[in-house]
Amino acid sequence: MRTRLQTWSLLVGATAFLALPLASWAQLTEADFAPRLSIESHIGNVTGHAKDGKADYRRYCVGCHGTLGDGNGENAVWMQTPMYQQPRNFQLGIFKCRSTPTGTLPTDQDLFDSITRGFDRSNMPIWNTFTKQQRADLVAWVKHFSPRWVGEKPGEAIQIPPEPEVTADRIKAGRDVFARVQCWKCHGVVGQANGPSAATLTDDLGRQIAPFDFTDGSRPKCGDTDKDIYRIFMTGLDGTPMPSFADNIKPDEAWDLVFYLRTLMSQKSKEKDMAKQLGLKPVDPNAPAGQQ
Amino acid sequence: MSTSTRSRSRRFSSSTSFLTAALVLVFLVLSASPSANALPAFARKYGLRCSACHESWPMLNYFGQKFKDNGYQLMNDRDAPIWQNPGYWPVTFRITPIWHRVSTGKVQVDTLTGSTIQRVTASGFDLSGLDFHTGGTLEKNFSFYVLPSSNNAGTFHFETVMGRLDNLFGSPWLNIKFGKFELDNLLSEKRILTLTGNGGVYQLYHFRPVGDANIFGQMGDNQLGAELMGHSNNDRTRYSMALLSSEDGQVGLPYGNAYTGFFTVSQAFDAGKMGVDRIGAYAMVGQAPTGWLTNGGAILGSGAGMANKGFHREGFVGQFYFGQHVDLQVVTQHGWDSAWFGQGYGDLVDGVAGNNNNTGAPLPAGAQAPTWNGVLFEPHYVYSPQLIFIGRYETIRMSRQGSGSGCGTGCLGGGPAASNLGNISTYTIGYRYNPFMTSRAGFAWHNEYNWLHQDGTAPVLGTSGLNINTSELLAGFDFDF
Repeated sequence: MRTRLQTWSLLVGATAFLALPLASWAQLTEADFAPRLSIESHIGNVTGHAKDGKADYRRYCVGCHGTLGDGNGENAVWMQTPMYQQPRNFQLGIFKCRSTPTGTLPTDQDLFDSITRGFDRSNMPIWNTFTKQQRADLVAWVKHFSPRWVGEKPGEAIQIPPEPEVTADRIKAGRDVFARVQCWKCHGVVGQANGPSAATLTDDLGRQIAPFDFTDGSRPKCGDTDKDIYRIFMTGLDGTPMPSFADNIKPDEAWDLVFYLRTLMSQKSKEKDMAKQLGLKPVDPNAPAGQQ
Repeated sequence: MSTSTRSRSRRFSSSTSFLTAALVLVFLVLSASPSANALPAFARKYGLRCSACHESWPMLNYFGQKFKDNGYQLMNDRDAPIWQNPGYWPVTFRITPIWHRVSTGKVQVDTLTGSTIQRVTASGFDLSGLDFHTGGTLEKNFSFYVLPSSNNAGTFHFETVMGRLDNLFGSPWLNIKFGKFELDNLLSEKRILTLTGNGGVYQLYHFRPVGDANIFGQMGDNQLGAELMGHSNNDRTRYSMALLSSEDGQVGLPYGNAYTGFFTVSQAFDAGKMGVDRIGAYAMVGQAPTGWLTNGGAILGSGAGMANKGFHREGFVGQFYFGQHVDLQVVTQHGWDSAWFGQGYGDLVDGVAGNNNNTGAPLPAGAQAPTWNGVLFEPHYVYSPQLIFIGRYETIRMSRQGSGSGCGTGCLGGGPAASNLGNISTYTIGYRYNPFMTSRAGFAWHNEYNWLHQDGTAPVLGTSGLNINTSELLAGFDFDF
């Protein structure tokens, strides 16, 4: 004959057992991503397979990006601005470094380049020791975390016209663009990331974020070639306050701005030398439009 | 059912229950362990798990090798200490409590009537020495590594003390290291995955012909000197050139005025799904003293070394990966020592001088430069970053003995040496299991067996030297924090 204690124990046990599936609904598990394991990536003639990226992800990436790709790895809690940035949440399918218009998914090559290049001033290392195949597999694995890759296609990469010859006029014109689209509000008049809005910036998840400091010698996050810099402000850094200026800056003006931004950077450059010869002054936020 | 049967049945039932409970407990412990696990000081600094840099701690993978080649920098513009929490102190300790069993054959022991040769076996619990690793950056592109290391009785010495200037003129091809450091061996003995006395070193890195007193050509020992090394951005191409004092890493200039060069070059290839495969070559070319200045018979101090003679070792290195789980490391060696070393001139480091070449006496007739060839194969099966199986086979064969066929009683050994004297064959198998893998600490359950065979070096009772077999079994906890 069952005692009352036994009966209650059975009831509690059965309730707990039945409640388990409900509790598991509350958060995603690896099983939720399984249907997307067939996702591929295509980098040139190399095809990456999500399932083949799992082992490398667990070896190299999981400590920051987490088992579920949500950016909640064991180290995420120690990565705080302004020293570091939080690891990317792949489940959202939002990426800063793209060749595609704002709001669209990046191309496979964009993700591949991000893994290869790493991110300065963050804990994301340069993973160029991997084989091309390894990186392609990792791209596919990263994609499998977000349902966006099932229903959406990546955006079309923006067209970048050939880089013109840098001239003094172009550098001065770039300064005008810098003033007109108010880059200085965040980046500061000399690019020291100390504009009036700098302290108030937050990303899409409400976390504090700092604008890029052109003067501290570090590389721009999404690449340091002239084309990379062009791409950054014409596509924007999705998920951050850095918008796309594709609607505000014409392609020719964009090159002018690239040349001017080079003058703000601490690294040696032809543009920097020319700006010195010109005696180019920083933008004056109070100057009337077009009268820098 | 008889009482005894019931009793056996109860015992059986009881032991079955215990076994079941133990298995369940083991399963729970293993399954509860978080997914996969260096120098935790670096892992703590950068928030990377041990597995990011180590194929299995402490052996480096390609990413870890690049991190090391960059002067312990990720090159993410956050390497300088100014970016760390001021409380960060880059120190890691490592120690290994073990149980081991060592069985050595053909040991000469005393008896009532004289002596005999027998196998001697010892087993018991023990400790490794204690290592205090501290390293990292002093500033961007200024790095250091200091490693005070003790034996298992707690007597310390400096295993590594070096400063490094990285990326000179902004180029990864120019990096300078100065102090006492590990030679740029692609298959690093300091990061070896095995721990037994014979299996915890690469025999190839320390080999000396029997009676040869050249202790200076040991590639496995950390050496005093300066090194210029460089690498491509992705570390696929590497080179290094080191100038070393021929002192086998001993401090205090006891010999003086003899130098050794160590050179490496290697190239890695993207082998698609296979992984990154690397081939390379090395050469160690040097001179070391074979004699010592004396005063009243006593050896003088610094600068006593004289009559420098040459030696060299050279070989190829291969690191071959076959997908995500299997790799094979290969090292070959050809060695050559001056005939003087082969006749026992040279070693003074351990306080026991060999023959002293300070009188101008000639070499005995028939003495010749000893040479040998060796090869090392080390396959790994990496089930996951938490579990690795290790195998190794090494063989070294003498190709020319120091005491050649023309030797008389004046030669070392009193005559020609047997052609196989000193040949070594050894294999090691083992595994390391890391029950957890984080960016804070490393812990491995380590189990290993080594067997070593050497020709002709057992004690001589009567006629000729006997072959000797030694086996070792080791199990322990290898951990660092």
